[in-house]
Amino acid sequence: MTKRSWRRRVLLPVVGILSLAVLVAGCGPDNSQNSLQPAGEEARKIDDLFMFVVVIAAFIGVFVVAGTVYAAIRFRARPGRDDRPKQTHGNTVLEVGWTLLPAVILAVVAVPTISLIFDLNEPKKPDAVEIIAVGKQWWWQFEYPAQDGEPRVITANELHVPVGREVFMKLRACDPSLPGECNVIHSFWVPELNGKRDVMPGRQNTLSFTAEKEGVYFGQCAEYCGLSHANMRFRVIVQSEDEYADWLASQREGPAVTLAEAGEAGNLFAAKYACTNCHTTEDSSLSVYGPNLTHLASRSVFASGYYKLTKANLVDWILNAPSMIPMESKECRLGLGVPGVTCVGMPSYVNDTPPGQPTMTRSEAVDIADYLLSLK
Amino acid sequence: MTTVEKAPPVSQREVGLLRRPRATTGFASWLTTVDHKKIGILYVCTALVFFVLGGVEALLIRLQLFGPNGTVLTAGQYNQMFTMHGTTMVFLVGMPIAIGLGNYFVPLQIGARDVAFPRINMFGYWVVLLGGIFMYSSFFLGGAPDGGWFGYTPLTSAPLDSGFLPGRGPDFWTMGLILLGVGSTTSAINFIVTCINMRCPGMSLLRMPVFTWMMLVIAFLTLFAIPPVTVALTMVFFDRNFGTLFFDPAAGGDPLLYQHLFWIFGHPEVYILILPGMGIVSETLPVFSRKPLFGYAIVVFSGIAIGFLGWGVWAHHMFVTGLGPVAISAFGLATMLIAIPTGVKIFNWLGTVWGGSVRLTTSMLFSLGFIAMFTIGGLSGVMHSVVPADTQQTDTYFVVAHFHYVLFGGLILALFAGFYYWYPKVFGRMLDERMGKLNFWTMFIGFNLTFAPMHFLGLWGQPRRTYRYDEGLGWETLNQLVTVGSFIIAFSVLVFIVNAVVSKSRGQVAGDDPWDGRTLEWSISSPPPEYNFAEVPEVHSRDDFWHRKYTEDDEGRLVPLPSGGAEAHAAAGHDGHGIHLPSPSYFPLVTALGLPILGYAAVFQNVWIALLGAVVLLYGIYAWAIEPAD
Repeated sequence: MTKRSWRRRVLLPVVGILSLAVLVAGCGPDNSQNSLQPAGEEARKIDDLFMFVVVIAAFIGVFVVAGTVYAAIRFRARPGRDDRPKQTHGNTVLEVGWTLLPAVILAVVAVPTISLIFDLNEPKKPDAVEIIAVGKQWWWQFEYPAQDGEPRVITANELHVPVGREVFMKLRACDPSLPGECNVIHSFWVPELNGKRDVMPGRQNTLSFTAEKEGVYFGQCAEYCGLSHANMRFRVIVQSEDEYADWLASQREGPAVTLAEAGEAGNLFAAKYACTNCHTTEDSSLSVYGPNLTHLASRSVFASGYYKLTKANLVDWILNAPSMIPMESKECRLGLGVPGVTCVGMPSYVNDTPPGQPTMTRSEAVDIADYLLSLK
Repeated sequence: MTTVEKAPPVSQREVGLLRRPRATTGFASWLTTVDHKKIGILYVCTALVFFVLGGVEALLIRLQLFGPNGTVLTAGQYNQMFTMHGTTMVFLVGMPIAIGLGNYFVPLQIGARDVAFPRINMFGYWVVLLGGIFMYSSFFLGGAPDGGWFGYTPLTSAPLDSGFLPGRGPDFWTMGLILLGVGSTTSAINFIVTCINMRCPGMSLLRMPVFTWMMLVIAFLTLFAIPPVTVALTMVFFDRNFGTLFFDPAAGGDPLLYQHLFWIFGHPEVYILILPGMGIVSETLPVFSRKPLFGYAIVVFSGIAIGFLGWGVWAHHMFVTGLGPVAISAFGLATMLIAIPTGVKIFNWLGTVWGGSVRLTTSMLFSLGFIAMFTIGGLSGVMHSVVPADTQQTDTYFVVAHFHYVLFGGLILALFAGFYYWYPKVFGRMLDERMGKLNFWTMFIGFNLTFAPMHFLGLWGQPRRTYRYDEGLGWETLNQLVTVGSFIIAFSVLVFIVNAVVSKSRGQVAGDDPWDGRTLEWSISSPPPEYNFAEVPEVHSRDDFWHRKYTEDDEGRLVPLPSGGAEAHAAAGHDGHGIHLPSPSYFPLVTALGLPILGYAAVFQNVWIALLGAVVLLYGIYAWAIEPAD
């Protein structure tokens, strides 16, 4: 191979593939969950630092890989070539040099790293919005604390925040409203707004982010938390200050339709199928075992945030939730707190019906769904 | 005891039911052998079986993730698969293969006739095999472990009826790992004593081959890393079964404590896995470049430095648990420090190849592939030490990509380099080089196709340990590519297995020294005689065997020495008659059998099984202790 053809046959494709890879890395899909497309101040700082390190690493990586390939080809044994190479045992200057060089490069990386660690850990700003997130199996509860005499707001799977203002998240696995109720470790992660932070049972971690643009950003639990970990998604809905204030005010209101007003559907929901054991539809300030449904119809997703809130989905869910989100809920209808009963999640109302309890028909589920979808 | 002491030396009394076995060939000999070479073969073959099992689990995972909302596995099955894949590859593949190769070659490289404790050596093997079988039996006894290979509390430690992880899987996991820890600890002690006490005359520590050095370093790491994880696993088991509250936050327990205990084991464990790989390529690169290792001393000391620093970085697995900025800064910096000795090693390996006469055998290709892929894995590791970046990457596919570049691109490629390099010594025949090249290139391409796209998937937001992903997230194409890549790797492993089986009977006869080797194992016949060395060698320099064959002229160029010199002396006819070797024994197997029985007793909380296990274990130990020497 001449020098020229070697360049064309080896070098060009390598450079081509590498630059293609970098291009792909730079763009990535517009999936609202892409850490390379930051839309929050914190995520942007992280991305800038990461890209700085990527450039250095790519340079070293190409150097070492190319050096390995070059050495293997350049020094390969060929017929007629002397196979009695010079026996070098080492070279102190070189070795000291390539001990110091990585140290210097690392120092260059370490300085902005440490400074960003402390930057991201700044205390809460005075005008920050404070929200409590409670990780449950397998969904997120968001609590907007009581303020100015107004009651708190409890919602699920969708986090509304104002644009341009710091949001200060208090992350909990033990629900303060339900003493003794501690969940497993989860991790709160919205890649386009900030890195992740674990939700540790028995501790309170915090995480702040400041969204730069209005829009919907996807989050997902990032710590393995059991059977349906994969389904534990949520959304952050970034709104203008006015829209956010309107939303919060509307969430504080009572239900659009009370259980009593709901008639037969209310009876199915509360009495016949005892949905009120775990859910409330009457008061958005209550934290109960299951998601607070007082304003369910104002949300776009439900069921761990994995499914769009449509009537068809909701009916399927009410009938047989475990077929949509795998859960350890086979025995849930036997009752909470009964010794030996394993119950995580929502039971099926068509399978595994305990003796003496009713099995749900589709028309009953449609009635309940209609009622829930009226809860704007 | 007194009866044994009084027993006449010729007609010793046999103790117990099982007479001291005599066979050195046949099936029974494999059950009772104490020959470090046979035990080494057992370790590697066993680990390869588990490698295939772990690989099948990986393929099922990849089939499930081929498209969005996959339905090949249920959520529960998927969680079992990734738990068992990780557990298998770390404890039943990575460690046993290294221990197996070390078993076979450490005594040969230091000129010893066996390891320091031959029966304990065999006991360690049985514990690993039976521990693996114990853990895999869970698939048929109510479900495999599904809490992840790291088993975070309180998910794993919550009582059974909490519903967090129903089934006996997590109990099999804790008991299984405790068992495997027993095996690893005995092996570690054995390696340490062997390396320190059994070296032949002249084999000073700084003349020891680098592979042996690295086995010594990981033996120390293993010895000190196993206790904390054993403590942690015991606490998990007690929390789950006996109502203790170590990790129950509602009662004041602390789940974070588990993470500290697990990772103070878990991070040294990473080096336990990778250092033997570094040792292997430090053997192959000089041989196939016909040059000594560039900067032997600094390579050895870098390995030791990595071992030491490995104890100070465990919390980099916990950067997002809320340890506070000071702690994570310190652990971030400590993690960066590890890059220095690692970088030094990489440059020294390149310096070894540079200016050499490079023979691109399959073993050398795997070694060069190791340098390149391990470097990439190291660089993505540095990205994790950049803590803010790590908060985006941890628990995503980026991390999966990173540690597979280190453990597959690093360890597995190095192990295959070792297989091609040492197979001729073990079986007396060469592995086929054409199949070898196919093996290398399919593995190299399949590996990169599988793990390179995962970097992007992670950055694009795909979390680990998720049994499905929704459509419309833009992850479909790369996930398909990954799945295709994983099947190319599977094909490559199949090629290797065929090669290994076929070459054993039909391969080209190797001769004693097919690669023009540098270390003592190449000075004896292939396969080596049972007693290894007819006469215990005496070495006068590093790479002593090489210096028996070559000297250097004034310019440092190689000059072959006339044959018939020193090496002919070593090979001089000696039938090994009269060399004392330890006798085979049943009792390592009997003793080891007691442990998984106790494991089943713990899992099913059955007193009768526990009694049976205790009887077997105690009988094994007793009979072992009073077994006559020969």
